[in-house]
Amino acid sequence: MSKLLIKGGHVVDPANGIDGIFDVYCVDGKIVEITHHASRITHNDCTVIDATGLHVFPGFIDMHTHLREPGYEYKEDIRTGTMAAAAGGFTSVACMANTDPVNDNSSVTRYILKKAQEEGIVNVFPVGAVSKGLKGEILAEISDLKDAGCVAISDDGKPVSDSRLMRLALEYSKPFNLPVISHCEDLTLAGDGVMNEGFISTKLGLKGIPNAAEDIMVARDIALAELTHGKLHIAHVSASGSVELIRNAKSRGVNVTAEVTPHHFTLTDECVTGYNTNAKMNPPLRSISDIEALKQGLKHGTIDVIATDHAPQNADEKDVEFDKAANGVVGLETAFSLSLKLVSDGLISLSVLIEKISLNPSRILGLDKKGSLKVGNDADITIVDLNKEWFVDVNKLKSKSKNTPFENWKMKGKVVKTIVGGKVVYEG
Amino acid sequence: MKLNRKDILSIEDLTKEEIELVLKTAESFKEVSERDIKKVPTLRGKTIINLFYEPSTRTRTSFEIAAKRMSADAINISASSSSVVKGETLKDTAKNLEAMNPDCIVLRHSFSGAPHILAGLVKCSVINAGDGCHEHPSQALLDMLTVKEKLGRIEGLKIAIIGDILHSRVARSNIYGFTKLGAEVRAAGLPTMMPCRIEQMGCRVFYNMEDAIKDSDVIMMLRIQLERQNAALFPTVREYSKLFGLDSKKLEMAKKDVIILHPGPINRGVEISSDVADGRSSLILDQVTNGVAVRMALFYLLLGREL
Repeated sequence: MSKLLIKGGHVVDPANGIDGIFDVYCVDGKIVEITHHASRITHNDCTVIDATGLHVFPGFIDMHTHLREPGYEYKEDIRTGTMAAAAGGFTSVACMANTDPVNDNSSVTRYILKKAQEEGIVNVFPVGAVSKGLKGEILAEISDLKDAGCVAISDDGKPVSDSRLMRLALEYSKPFNLPVISHCEDLTLAGDGVMNEGFISTKLGLKGIPNAAEDIMVARDIALAELTHGKLHIAHVSASGSVELIRNAKSRGVNVTAEVTPHHFTLTDECVTGYNTNAKMNPPLRSISDIEALKQGLKHGTIDVIATDHAPQNADEKDVEFDKAANGVVGLETAFSLSLKLVSDGLISLSVLIEKISLNPSRILGLDKKGSLKVGNDADITIVDLNKEWFVDVNKLKSKSKNTPFENWKMKGKVVKTIVGGKVVYEG
Repeated sequence: MKLNRKDILSIEDLTKEEIELVLKTAESFKEVSERDIKKVPTLRGKTIINLFYEPSTRTRTSFEIAAKRMSADAINISASSSSVVKGETLKDTAKNLEAMNPDCIVLRHSFSGAPHILAGLVKCSVINAGDGCHEHPSQALLDMLTVKEKLGRIEGLKIAIIGDILHSRVARSNIYGFTKLGAEVRAAGLPTMMPCRIEQMGCRVFYNMEDAIKDSDVIMMLRIQLERQNAALFPTVREYSKLFGLDSKKLEMAKKDVIILHPGPINRGVEISSDVADGRSSLILDQVTNGVAVRMALFYLLLGREL
């Protein structure tokens, strides 16, 4: 029996309404007891972590990660990607299907899960493709993907442009209770745009992608979710109009959830100035008014989840002309600190932050034993020093790729320990 | 006086004083090109590489002649005859050229920001000879020189830039340049050719050609890139010409002494009619002449020894 006692930490567990000094006792990877610290749990021969002065959270869950394996191991692999996750406090990650081969059939799903079991540091939950080969033509074997262990379906990286196929995906996935995660982008409108359309794109002479390219698809997908009563999750919302569309849809009772990335609520398109390819991603960084709308969306519950869209790219793919540079930023190791800023700025409470980064993703993905520190749940726990300051040193990132726009940023809030299934997998 | 900078990447970067210094220096170099022996020894022993990733006749030749008239060694590399066709990246090309110790690389590139990247990779000077839809600083400088020479000043003038502003690096550089020198710049074209929030650059936007040229002192016509016509920013060339092509009829609505510029190459009968292009208001060939002087001035101000 492996026993672990986390003593004296400030536990925040929104699912159980816990917000105070508690002791958490875990046996064999499960949470067996959670009590007020004052009642002083004592157990013999168990590992004790003194969490005095620290915060104890249900392990973070990133529902939008690109682990790049199989196929793009030069960018990231399951081992390095999950190491980065652990360093960022994430005990579970859902990995997107745009690998090579695409995760559009159960053998790829099983391969990912086998590798994760052998080499992964945290839990890995594959996201299967909506369409075969991400081609947007015919549905992947969604039932088979579910049986193999997929927790959602998505053609992320590409939108499902064909409205009929999207309708079918939302309908077909219903009996399997899998959310359809939609990368919302009207490709005809986005064209060969490489950044947000605005004054900065005009100044830099780079082709712009208007907000409407996202809004149009969000509106379409909401209409299809209404039509089908399917389970829709909007990935990486970047535009204010999309927030408004989702808010309206929710108020009508449409089954839609949404996520935002830390880079989208932190940075604007000004960050591209100087042709900074580490500020190139899809959807692009938007304007200050979009950031404001995203924050209000988080505050008022329109946006349910903070997800990283961790998208590692090799330096050679970024060290080129802006138009040619690959999209994406790494995000697992900076996500929590950037999100904590929302709390210190007074926008949301710490408890709401934990909902967005742990509880809500677990609910959307149907991860029953995760997202809260309830007795019987998996002992996936993140311990954080909220006051500790640190600088982002790209050479110290665990991720194989270093494409972050936050290099040398001063961060506040550092993950001290990441615990997966009762075992400490990361110590900061 | 020298330019206290390593590179010329954009007009946006330059101060009013720097622009004025380039124009003044260029004026003094014009005379060299009028001599029988068109050469001064100023940059003897300096090596200038013209690295052109896009086809160009005028700009490349102009930089080459400018270098040679200053006695620098000029080497021309075009993408089609270089390792670029073998898949070499800009970074590797830059590092390899750098290893041969040039003093200046003049870069023309189809991607915006390429000269910015190059400048960060090499110790030598970099001059942007046009990058994507971003800037074409030497073109704007020669345009400003041409206007100043002809009208005696720039401050207070009204400059109408007409055409595909969206894709025009010439327009961006000129909007920055002329506004910095105190002119009023008007950008005119179809709404589909107007980049987002261009007015924030300090120009006024017109969707009607007559309104834009009516009391302008300078009309600058931009080339319609027929090779980009698949982007279909307008239904037909015919309709475009009708709305924004400059012909003698539209010219009647302008001031009598208006001057006409065009960065070339011109599409006769598309954005400008032949009689206007070849007419007395046209300074298109003066621009080309001034281009050599401006580029000599840039080389001198970046590479020359302090006297």
